[in-house]
Amino acid sequence: MIQVEFLGPIAKAPIEMEAATLADVSQKLKEDSTLTQWLDKCAVALNDTMVNDLSTALKDGDRVSILPPVCGG
Amino acid sequence: MELYNSPLDTKEIFGRWLDEHAESNYGAYIPFVGTIRAEDGIEALSFDIYEPVLQKWFDDWQKRAKAIGAVVKMAHSIGDVPVHTSSYVSAVFSPKRRVALELIDEFVEDFKANAPIWKYDVKDGERIYAADRSTPMDGAGVLS
Repeated sequence: MIQVEFLGPIAKAPIEMEAATLADVSQKLKEDSTLTQWLDKCAVALNDTMVNDLSTALKDGDRVSILPPVCGG
Repeated sequence: MELYNSPLDTKEIFGRWLDEHAESNYGAYIPFVGTIRAEDGIEALSFDIYEPVLQKWFDDWQKRAKAIGAVVKMAHSIGDVPVHTSSYVSAVFSPKRRVALELIDEFVEDFKANAPIWKYDVKDGERIYAADRSTPMDGAGVLS
């Protein structure tokens, strides 16, 4: 199992899922209508390191963070 | 990198950074202050920060600055920051001004684009995500 957490304004509780790669995470999150407005604008971190390749392999206990558009300052 | 659950005490922070490097032989010290403007009826801005990724982003910038003999600094607020106070300060120290002027520009612009910080307007006590002023981070859309 891996955990997916949603940061900032997405306001959604973390979820757990079985996923071997980031592509599996993408497929499962696309099934959630509450995320439709977010996914194309969000970046992704794996265990707090930014990743941008769907073939990224995942292992048990990994934490995937979904980061919506930012505006610091 | 410094994070505060309050508006920033800009004079204390800039003074302390100046003291830290009083004898480091840097010829240029360029501070940047972000102040909350009163506009669109807001009382304050409010911020969420994801510290683990912000720390890595900042550590990468420290390495990049060090490679050209410079130092970058930053401080940011978490939570509500009233209008006319400061939520963000940064600074660059370097031996020569040209390096510092260019670095503060790149550092602040990349901060706006890629620091994992989310901004909300505060109106009538309600937090409203500043969606139209926010920017997708590098690599956004990978899951879509």
